[in-house]
Formats: sequence, C-alpha cells, structure tokens
Amino acid sequence: MIEIDAITKRYDDNTVVDNVSMVIEPRTVTVIVGTSGSGKTTLLRMINRLVEPTSGVIKLDGEDNRAIPGHELRRRIGYAIQGHGLFPHRTVAQNIATVPTLLGWEKSRIDAKVDELLTLFQLDPKTFGPRYPHELSGGQQQRVGVARALAAEPNVLLMDEPYGALDPIIRAKAQEDLLAIQKHFGTTIVLVTHDMNEAFHLADKIAVMDKGRVLQYGPPEELVRAPETPFVETLIGDTERPFRLLAIAKAGAAAEPGEAEGEPIREDKTQQEALADLLWTGRSALPVVSASGAPMGRVTLDALLKRATRPSGSAR
Amino acid sequence: MTEVFQAGLPFGLFPGGGLKIRFDKLGIVIAIIAASGLVFSTFAVLKPNRILQGQAKTILEALPAWAGYGLLILLIAAIAAALFRTSPWIKLIAAAASLTALALAIGYAAGFLTPAGNTYARVSPASGFWILIFAFALLAADALTRLQPPPWMRVLFLCITAIGIAALLFSGSWNGLSIMKEYAGRADVFWTEAGKHVTLALGSLFAAALVGLPLGILCHRVSSLRAGVLNTLNLVQTIPSIALFGILIGPLAWVALNVPGAAALGIRGIGMAPAFVALFLYSLLPIVANTVVGLAGVPREANDAARGIGMTDRQRLFQVEFPLALPVILTAIRIVLVQNIGMATIAALIGGGGFGVFVFQGIGQTAMDLVLLGAVPTVALAFAAAVVLDALIEMNSRVPNGVSAA
Repeated sequence: MIEIDAITKRYDDNTVVDNVSMVIEPRTVTVIVGTSGSGKTTLLRMINRLVEPTSGVIKLDGEDNRAIPGHELRRRIGYAIQGHGLFPHRTVAQNIATVPTLLGWEKSRIDAKVDELLTLFQLDPKTFGPRYPHELSGGQQQRVGVARALAAEPNVLLMDEPYGALDPIIRAKAQEDLLAIQKHFGTTIVLVTHDMNEAFHLADKIAVMDKGRVLQYGPPEELVRAPETPFVETLIGDTERPFRLLAIAKAGAAAEPGEAEGEPIREDKTQQEALADLLWTGRSALPVVSASGAPMGRVTLDALLKRATRPSGSAR
Repeated sequence: MTEVFQAGLPFGLFPGGGLKIRFDKLGIVIAIIAASGLVFSTFAVLKPNRILQGQAKTILEALPAWAGYGLLILLIAAIAAALFRTSPWIKLIAAAASLTALALAIGYAAGFLTPAGNTYARVSPASGFWILIFAFALLAADALTRLQPPPWMRVLFLCITAIGIAALLFSGSWNGLSIMKEYAGRADVFWTEAGKHVTLALGSLFAAALVGLPLGILCHRVSSLRAGVLNTLNLVQTIPSIALFGILIGPLAWVALNVPGAAALGIRGIGMAPAFVALFLYSLLPIVANTVVGLAGVPREANDAARGIGMTDRQRLFQVEFPLALPVILTAIRIVLVQNIGMATIAALIGGGGFGVFVFQGIGQTAMDLVLLGAVPTVALAFAAAVVLDALIEMNSRVPNGVSAA
C-alpha cells in the first residue's frame, strides 16, 4: 500500500505538485493521467525519492519512505521509463541483472532470475541475453526495460510513460503483457501517461491531475459516470463516454440467459468488443462462452445500449 | 592488377565495350609524388665529413647496377599498383615491399658509396629517399584504411613494422649510415635521453590524467565551475611553450630554495621539473574538456534509469557514466600523448633532456644527421602511440553511444 499524504513540491515559487493525498491499494494498477506539466511525473518520482518533496509524507506499507537512504529505497521499487533507459554498454542479461547485482545476490540466483524474466517476456534467454540493447527492436527494448525493473522482485513498480515511444500495435501487446505480469507477480503498479485509452485499458483506479492537483481519483467507471470537474469530462471526451463505459466492463457481466446464433464471444472480452461484433455482423444478440468454451447465455444489443446510456444521477 | 590485365584483352570479349582502365584518385597523387622522388630527386648524399655539404647521388649512382635497376623496377611496379584500382591487399604488399627495399637499399648504398678505409666520410638519405618513403607510407596507410582491419590487426601490423625495423638495426645493415654513426658515438647518452623523453611524456600525461579526470568530473557535476576552469586551461594552452618554460623558472626556483625536500626531489628552476610542469599544464585542457564532453554525452535516460533503480552517485559514475564517456576520454589521452611526445623535444632547451638534446646539438653543430637522431625516434614514438591508442579507442566504442528508443 502506498499512502500519499499532503505531498507538495515547489521549485522556487512554482508549485509543481500541490497538496496531493491519495491511497494506492496493494496489487492494483493505478494510472495517473494529465497533460504535460500537470505534475504527474513529479508525483511519481517522489514515491521513490528521485524528487524530494517540499512537504508531506509518503508511506510504503506503513513505513515512511525517508526511513532508509534513497538509493536503498529505489532498489526495492521497480522503475521503468519512456525510452527504456537501458545501459547501452551492457548486454540485455547484464542490464536485467543490475539491481540484483547491486543487492549482492549470488550469481546462480541472478542468472536464474534473468532467464525467468526473459522467458516471461517472450525473449529467448540464449538468443537475447548476450545481445546489446541497440540490437533489439523498440518493443523488445521496452520489454527488457520492464524486466530490469522487476528483477529484484519489487512490490511496487513505477512506470513513467513506458509505452510513449512504441507504435500502436506493439503498445497494445505491451499493455496486455503488463497486465499478465501484474497478475503473475501481484505487483502494485503506478503508471503515468497522457493517453486516456491506455489509462482506461490498464487502470483499476485513475487519478486525473491538472496544475499540480489531483482533480479526481477513482475507478474508471466513476470518472465516466460522475466526472467531478469539467477538466475530467473534457479529458474523457464527450463522444467517447458511452464507449469507455463499455470498454471497462466484461462481456460476461452483460450476459443474460438465452440462445443466440453465430460466432460466440468470450466472456473476458470487453462489452465494447461485443458491441462492435454485433454492429459489424448485423446481429441483435450473440452467444457468450467462458474461456474454456462453455456456453454462458447471450448478450443483446439492447442490453449493451442500456449499459452505455448516461446513468441516472450523473451530473450531465 | 586485374584491370591492367583486362586492358590487354582484345575488344569484343566484353559486350558493350565496357573496357576501361580505372585509375585510383589518391593513387594518382601517390604515383606523382613517388615518380618525382624517383626521377627529379637524389637518393643519397656522400659527404666528406659530418658537417660539410656533400655530393648527391641518384639511385643508379648510389647502388651497384643490379641493385639499382632491381630497385627501380620494383618501385615502378609499386607505382603501377598504386595508380590503378586494385585490391587493397595488392597495394599494401606493394607498399610494404617498396618500403623494405628502400630501407635495405639505403643501408647498402652507405657501404657502397663510402670509400674504403675513410672514417670521416658520411652517407645520408637524400630528398628522393624521404619523398619515396613518404609516398609509399601514404600508399600503405591508404590500403590499411580501405582494408578496415580490426583494432588488434592494426596493432599487429605496428608490431611487425617495429620488429622489422629492430631487425634492420640489429643486423647492422644500416651501420654505414651517418645517423647510425652519430648514434654509435652516443649510444649511452641516447638511451638515457630516450628514458627521459618517455618519462617526461608519459609521466606528465599520467599526472594530468590523475588531476584532469576528477577535475572534469567535478566540472560536469558543478556546472558553475565549468566555464571558469575551461577558460583558465584554454588560457594556459595559448602560452607558447618556450614562454611557459620561462615563466616557470622563477616560481620553481623559489620552491626549490624555500620548500624543504623539494630540491631533493629534483625540483629546480631549470631541468626536468619545469618541463614536466609545462607538459602537465598543456595536457590538462584536452583531458578536462573531453571528460566534460564525454560525460555530457551519456544518454539522459540511462542516467535517469541508473538513479531510478537505486545506484548511488558513485556507482552511477563508475558503472554507467564513465564507461560510456571512455571513448571520448581516451581520445583526449591520445591527443595528449602524441602532443607530449612531440613537445618533450623542447624540454632540452631548459636542460630537461629527451630527444630534443640531439636536435638542438645537431642544429648547433649544423650536423643534420644528429638532428635526425633526435627527430626520427620522436616521430616513430608518436606514431606508435597514436596507432595503439586509436586501437584502444575503437575497442572501447564497440557499443554506439546515445542509443535511444525508435
């Protein structure tokens, strides 16, 4: 758990982060979104003390993050950045081994960890371990960057626009991988981005920042249903709202008893994908199946349309 | 030589008549230089003694007929190899063969020209010899550049050359040459001065690296210091070397008189101390400046990541910044070493020793061969240092600097 309590950062007269308080639950993905200059990166960098706050306290699992020296704190927290930040003079294996080496792990344990992570990120350890970062594609470099951040098995992983430099197809794949890995290790991830699609795709909770303040912090659905300020509403987008609602809910959640014709959809797909399928194939209902293929009823066009409608009690 | 060979083939063998002799552009220049050395200049000079002007001799005059014509034919063939576009290996072999033949021939000419029993007469290489050496060294360098040999191979070529020269020296085939006669008279002094020369050049480099690297790192970290330090060192660099020696005589003499133990360490107003200090001061600017530039060139992301994953400042310096800046810093070391080897000759002016002793003695006595005894080892040393350090730099910059995401 990360408890951020009344954190402020000022550079001279310029307040970059202004009295921010929030609690990040363990084993969740929290995405901080905002325009450039909103203070989101500074807030992230205060968690591992790359930036020291002017005032306020950040606690990790109840312990003040100033209780140990900054570099020791950072060895316990994973850190991945845009443009991967790999060391160009070290091989992929050496890059991943950096933190375990700093922590003084035994060589056999380090080697095993490097192999495990490379395999997990679908990079063959024999092929990719001895290569230098410049010999990899952008997507591979990014994966190695995240693998390096996870090498010492941190509880918390901080990511600063990790996919900003990737093309859309590779980015989507990287996001899927990240979710799988988050499930695998149960890591608490705090990710900074300006891409709302990325935020909605990854987040358990989203914090919207503007001019150093957190305007709204809550589950994605809450941001769509009840945006607290016009800025949040603008960021989510008028024309995107109904689709964002469908995008964050699973098809299984909209399933009702009944039969339907044609190609089924898996329950773990989003309702947005179910709607797209219905519209594209001109059907009014389609069957839902579980991951193993067992029938789970159907999802209808009407049901989805209702779910995409502005909820009663919403501000506008 | 394939193109030359093709030129002799009848037309029609090549459809479209694409039959051309292709000239090598740099080769034309080399051929012109070599030809001028061969035709318009003389090969060796025979002097009645070490100071008087002598008689210039052409290749055919300086060598017995078989050797003279043999050398001419070899050199003309090598010029042809230079002139046309052929494999760099052929050019390299032609250059190496020519240089070896020239080295052997000049030694042989010394014995051939010196009248029997005359111990005063001196034989020296003349302008043509030097022009030919220059032309074929250029050909060898060009061929080596085109072959793009890996660093270790360049060092190997250097070693082969050094062993070849050492073999010629030990075999005594150059003993008839005037420069070797100058050496024979001062063999002891020569090696003492060589030792002093190397001590001056390497010692001042070492001291400058010891001071310059931390200073460069400090300038990188503390940006307010940077302009001041670099400007001061720039100012030092603009002081002419002889003037700097002069400036140092006063303070060092004072130190020798007033600081206990300084005189015992060899610190005096003249001699090695001011020379050492001057070379040290000249060495600082390249080392400090390149350290700053090299560290500034380290990718920002790599630095940020290094901090972000928990490296201390010291670990970041030694594990990330320094290795990535190393090629640029080594470039400075190369500049400084070559510069110091050359500049150490001037140390002789204030009694600092080194190969400069022979250069200035030779100028004083108008004995040009004695000047050569100081100059040739200096040039050879600087050249060898440059080749070795270039190889080192290339081995260390195997990984390109500044790789960022696509």
